[in-house]
Amino acid sequence: MTPLNYFVVLSAVLFVIGVAGVLLRRNVIVMFMSIELMLNAVNLAFVAFGRQLGNAEGQVIVFFAITVAAAEAAVGLGIIIAVFRNRMTLNADELKLLRW
Amino acid sequence: MTQQFWPLGLIPLLPLGGVLFALFGGRRGGRRAVNVVAPGVVGLAFAVSVWSLARLVSLPAGGALRFAAWRWIAAGPFHVEMALRFDALTAIMCLVVTGVGALIHVYSVGYMGHDEDYARFFTYMNLFTASMLILVLADNLVVMFVGWEGVGLCSYLLIAFWYTNPEYAYNGRKAFIVNRVGDAGFLLGIFTIVYALARGGVWTVTFAGMSHQAALLQPYATAAALLLFLGATGKSAQIPLYVWLPDAMVGPTPVSALIHAATMVTAGVYMVTRLGFLFTLAPAALTVVAVVGAVTAFFAATIAMVQTDIKRVLAYSTISQIGYMMLGAGVGAFSAGIFHLMTHAFFKALLFLCAGAIIHELDGEQEMGRMGGLRGSMPITWLTMLTAALAISGIPPFAGYFSKDQILEATFASGHPTLWLIGVITAGLTAFYIFRLIILTFYGESRVEPSKAAHLHDAPAVMTVPLIVLALLSVGGGWVGLPRGFLWGEAFNRFLAPVVIPPGAELATPGSGLALVMIAIPIVGVAAAVVCYAQMPGLPVLVAYKARLLDSLLRHKYYVDELYNAVIARPLFWVAAYVLHRGVDGAVIDGLVNGTGLTLLEGGEELRRTESGNVQHYALLYLCGALGIGAYYLYRVVIR
Repeated sequence: MTPLNYFVVLSAVLFVIGVAGVLLRRNVIVMFMSIELMLNAVNLAFVAFGRQLGNAEGQVIVFFAITVAAAEAAVGLGIIIAVFRNRMTLNADELKLLRW
Repeated sequence: MTQQFWPLGLIPLLPLGGVLFALFGGRRGGRRAVNVVAPGVVGLAFAVSVWSLARLVSLPAGGALRFAAWRWIAAGPFHVEMALRFDALTAIMCLVVTGVGALIHVYSVGYMGHDEDYARFFTYMNLFTASMLILVLADNLVVMFVGWEGVGLCSYLLIAFWYTNPEYAYNGRKAFIVNRVGDAGFLLGIFTIVYALARGGVWTVTFAGMSHQAALLQPYATAAALLLFLGATGKSAQIPLYVWLPDAMVGPTPVSALIHAATMVTAGVYMVTRLGFLFTLAPAALTVVAVVGAVTAFFAATIAMVQTDIKRVLAYSTISQIGYMMLGAGVGAFSAGIFHLMTHAFFKALLFLCAGAIIHELDGEQEMGRMGGLRGSMPITWLTMLTAALAISGIPPFAGYFSKDQILEATFASGHPTLWLIGVITAGLTAFYIFRLIILTFYGESRVEPSKAAHLHDAPAVMTVPLIVLALLSVGGGWVGLPRGFLWGEAFNRFLAPVVIPPGAELATPGSGLALVMIAIPIVGVAAAVVCYAQMPGLPVLVAYKARLLDSLLRHKYYVDELYNAVIARPLFWVAAYVLHRGVDGAVIDGLVNGTGLTLLEGGEELRRTESGNVQHYALLYLCGALGIGAYYLYRVVIR
């Protein structure tokens, strides 16, 4: 059986890639995809721990997370489209109306 | 023996009722009502005082009446009652304050007859009378202090009565501030006494209680007595705090008569006498009292000789006469001091009221250079003022002779020949300056402005009747204290003896050389004044020219005001303006307040720049926060 360490390290690497994507990329769609990546890194950790402990709860929570992620994707993409229609750009540096 | 006697409470309450009436009903009730009520309440207080006196003499010698209204201050073992006490000393003070006070109130009805602010005037006058009565009736030092402060306040209010004149308002403030210096001394004196007694476990401030604690008071007596005497010099206008009294003359003349001559300024003498048991424990302090009194008497008399303003002559004369009273108290002859206080109240009030009648008639003219020859047009004023002048000069058998003679004899008998000599010379100067005033005002050619000269006449009866009554008292007031061996000899001293510390030395018998000197000196003074101002009018001018330096020194009142201004007032103003106003208030306090606001304002201005609007900045901060919380729990759970 593949040791737990492999899954956890992969999950952590994926999560950090997601964080870096959110913080460093300027395109809102890419940032949005990075968020999805972080969510799925966490899902991976849940499944791995659930399997290791012989417990089904980890998998149950993953289903919930996937459901929420689907809803979030729909809402998020809707917002992105609305923003693009109004501002004709998806560069995060230019979307800062709420500043001092 | 002390007897409870509730009507004592009425004595100060009656004038207080007058205050309420004049204050709230004065304008609505009209001038006529105030004119009846204000003198009326003082007259009633006089009647109650007489009633109390009648009750007092029915008690065995040394008795007192007492009225405790309520317990005022209670702090652990220390408690103060709002209580009044009426013994022989208080009786004399009460009768003088209410008797002379009532006469002056009646006179004021005429004097203030044309003033719009009559209600305010009588409010202050009644308030003053009430405060003075609380002062003299007080059963303990704290209640006395209430009256002490009350009379100071009323004095200020009445000096600055015509407050629209900035100079008058300034003089009022000057009197108040100078008095505060003395009051601080008085207060510290009270604290010293309380401290001294509390060390021995005795908690009392009543005069009766304190007088039995000589052993406890002894170590602190000198300090306490000197501090209290500082208070007395402020209220009684003695060196070094006399400077306010001459300037107080800008108040209405009845005020000068009542407050700045007859009653309030004698409060210091009364206080020293009341606390005689303390002062006799401190011979050094008593000597200070005597020396200050004698020097003040002489010093003020010399200034009075060259003043040209009629009220200022009388003001310096008052300072000088109170100096005599202090001298009497200082040599241990307390009852002689109080005797002079009483006779002085009669003749000095009379002098002021006569001066007021003249000033009133001449539409506010106070310069003696523009008077003269008033004898014919104002005969009653002339006769009464002449009586007062004879009384203050000390010509027998007028009142001033007996009291001044007693003080000087006691001074000599107590072994202070130098002070006695100063007193005798001052008696000559007194006769000189007061007859200078009389001659310049009533005799010689009229120098009155022609526009005013035509219709001169005596004041109306409401003003002249008090003059006549006071003139009778100035003649006969001294007879209660005839020298020993004459008729009821020394009746006054015997009446006071149970409550006043007896003099250390026996008085000389009359008829001795001393007594002859005492009669001769004032006559010389009067003769000198007649020669200088009636017979040879050129002489004073010549003398003034020959002794230019001395003349200028006297005219400028020894430059004391200038000295005080340079040494005390100016530096204080400088400190107030530059250190306190600009430094402490402007830089420190305003700086703190404004600085707090500015710091928040500018800090906020800087902080708002963190709100960049860039979602990635927020995400980074969020991450830092999350990592921080994670690190914290990691530290708590895993490592420890």
